Amino acid sequence: MPDTALAHQFEDLDQQREVATLGMWVFLVTELLFFGGLFLTYSVYRGWYPEDFAAASHELIVWAGTLNTVVLITSSLTMVLAVHAAEGGHRRALILFLLATMALGCVFLSVKAFEYRTEYLEHHIPGWGFQFKADHFLHAQIFFSLYFVMTGLHALHMINGLGVMAVMVWLSYRGTITPAYSNPIEISGLYWHFVDIIWIFLFPLLYLIGRHVH
Amino acid sequence: MAHMPHTAATPAHHYLNDGYGIRSWLLTRDHKRIALLYLAGITFFFFVGGAFAVLIRLELATPAGDLVSDETYNKLFTMHGVMMIFFFLIPAIPAVLGNFLVPIMIGAKDLAFPKLNLASWYIYMIGGLFTLYALVNGGVDTGWTFYTPFSTVSSTTNVIPTALGIFITGFSSILTGLNFIVTLHKMRAPGMTWFRMPLFLWSMYATSLINVLATPVLAITLALIAVERLAHFGFFDPRVGGDPVLFQHLFWFYSHPAVYIMVLPAMGVISELVAAGCRRTIYGYRFVAFASLAIAVLSFLVWGHHMFVAGESVYSALIFAILSFLVAIPSAVKVFNWTATMYRGSVSWETPMLYAYGFIGLFTIGGLTGLFLASLGVDVHVTDTYFIVAHFHYIMVGGTIMAYLGGLHFWWPKISGRLYNEALAKISAGIIFIGFNLTFFPQFVLGYLGMPRRYHAYPPEFQVLNVLSSAGASILGVGYLIPMVYLMWSLRYGRLAGSNPWGAVGLEWMTTSPPPTENFEKVPVVTWEPYDYPAAHVAEQRLA
Repeated sequence: MPDTALAHQFEDLDQQREVATLGMWVFLVTELLFFGGLFLTYSVYRGWYPEDFAAASHELIVWAGTLNTVVLITSSLTMVLAVHAAEGGHRRALILFLLATMALGCVFLSVKAFEYRTEYLEHHIPGWGFQFKADHFLHAQIFFSLYFVMTGLHALHMINGLGVMAVMVWLSYRGTITPAYSNPIEISGLYWHFVDIIWIFLFPLLYLIGRHVH
Repeated sequence: MAHMPHTAATPAHHYLNDGYGIRSWLLTRDHKRIALLYLAGITFFFFVGGAFAVLIRLELATPAGDLVSDETYNKLFTMHGVMMIFFFLIPAIPAVLGNFLVPIMIGAKDLAFPKLNLASWYIYMIGGLFTLYALVNGGVDTGWTFYTPFSTVSSTTNVIPTALGIFITGFSSILTGLNFIVTLHKMRAPGMTWFRMPLFLWSMYATSLINVLATPVLAITLALIAVERLAHFGFFDPRVGGDPVLFQHLFWFYSHPAVYIMVLPAMGVISELVAAGCRRTIYGYRFVAFASLAIAVLSFLVWGHHMFVAGESVYSALIFAILSFLVAIPSAVKVFNWTATMYRGSVSWETPMLYAYGFIGLFTIGGLTGLFLASLGVDVHVTDTYFIVAHFHYIMVGGTIMAYLGGLHFWWPKISGRLYNEALAKISAGIIFIGFNLTFFPQFVLGYLGMPRRYHAYPPEFQVLNVLSSAGASILGVGYLIPMVYLMWSLRYGRLAGSNPWGAVGLEWMTTSPPPTENFEKVPVVTWEPYDYPAAHVAEQRLA
């Protein structure tokens, strides 16, 4: 495969770039609907059991969620800088920014693992000897079920993103990425930002709403 | 459809002789070869699903539950539904005919993402084999709808492997839809504007939109079921305040649009068959094109009509009933426009057109009985009876399978380069039509008289109609087997087709049969409108 690979089905690189970008956007629409089922389920039960949800939400570690929000937003910044470096042909900067993005992603996952461990020690995992204040015991299970599935699915997407970024580092290192062929970095960036945006919604829904009740 | 003189011999180079080894098939990126891989997989799962139908109809030949136990019967109808819906009806037309035709009809060399296309086939096969494993390893008894809490709490069968198989296969639909959307936006040949596209492509586009928007919701819903069953989390479990009806909402948000994933491609095929069979432009081209999009949009707004008896509020039931009636409008636009296209035309009586006639009649019956079911009062009377079973089989089998077979016959000369035996094809089309009606029309009556679905025994007064239905099913089965034989036979012994055996217009008829790997010698430049039939005789000279 030559460095500026034009796949056989395309007429020119412009068409190839447009196709790849549109493909990623359509994929992100699918992803949005994938999370959409969870957001809907959350909204329904939040509406039915607001007090139980507030009480359960109170048990999450807000500083950890806040830290992770900052970490992820910063990783989006380094991602944008990586795209910029790729378009300008600065290979060294490109690789550094990609590695920084990956490092921030790892920090996020580590903090998340710490939170999961804490919830485990506090017996907040539904179906595994769940314990909670008696007056909120039943519906807090729904909250924690949703908490683990929503953040877990998000974390899977983060891990996936880390894999994509590793490939991008490899392509950049090999010199496949050039200013004329920087599209892989750009569409990987679209995916990374999308995963970031999902968190921007998860954070207030799970950690913040209704805290003032208690 | 007068046959053109056979001036063309088999071309020296075409996609079928571009490599013979097993690797040249299993690692191909050619959309035409991938279409044939799908054809093999889909045919296999069709006969697996059909085998379950045979056992169901055998059991129902007598009133007593004597052939299989009630538990086995539950597994039979579940696996029949799962196999037919997820592994045959949903992928059939898009993955086989769509894969083959979408790039050729727009003058492209391939789909936008050929590797992704091959990956879609592998995902489909892995999902299918996973489900097959669930079935030989004890089966699953929830019905294809997986209603909670039965599926999460009570059932002791293989819910998780089956759901996982469907989950995996869903990504195959999503990726195929994504591939088609991007291809239709970005890969059209010079001059191929949106309104010069064949109507088949409009319906593929509408179908792909539904695939991309609805399938992920089913995926996440099945994932929630698996988590609830496996880890005892609570989403739909009433014991922790969860709502089983919420599951039904999420499930039907996908599964009603899925009906249109099955029938929109069929409508696209029929538009092509009718235009070629009448040698005329489709009456009201733009109306038919926009009707596809209208159906896609409305399909997302009607899911509540599956839940009229599930504890829905009166007001939402009323609104869902009205919205469901609205779907009849774009559907009727299509039927009227096909009919108007035929009106006073010299219509063909060759095999593809026979299937088109069958489709229009049976789809109309299926659609009109759908209006009965959208009416609240009638629906309460016939919910969960054989009336429903008959209704959706008229759409799925009478509609989608008729169109799939019609399309397969119409494009078979292009796919294989050979003509099949026309006499046998006409006979089997007739057998299928008779067998189909004999199988499913009595079920309308049974349902109206009150026979519930999903029971393996029934009162003796229903036996006559059930025996008629079982007899029809055996005729239908024979009808499906005959094309297998003569289509395979034609691969070796059929007469050479030439590039345009039907004298039809459309880019696919302007390249050789079978087409070369790159589809066209050089990129075509389109300067004509769709279905400009008086000019059909120059079709082959246009690219010369």
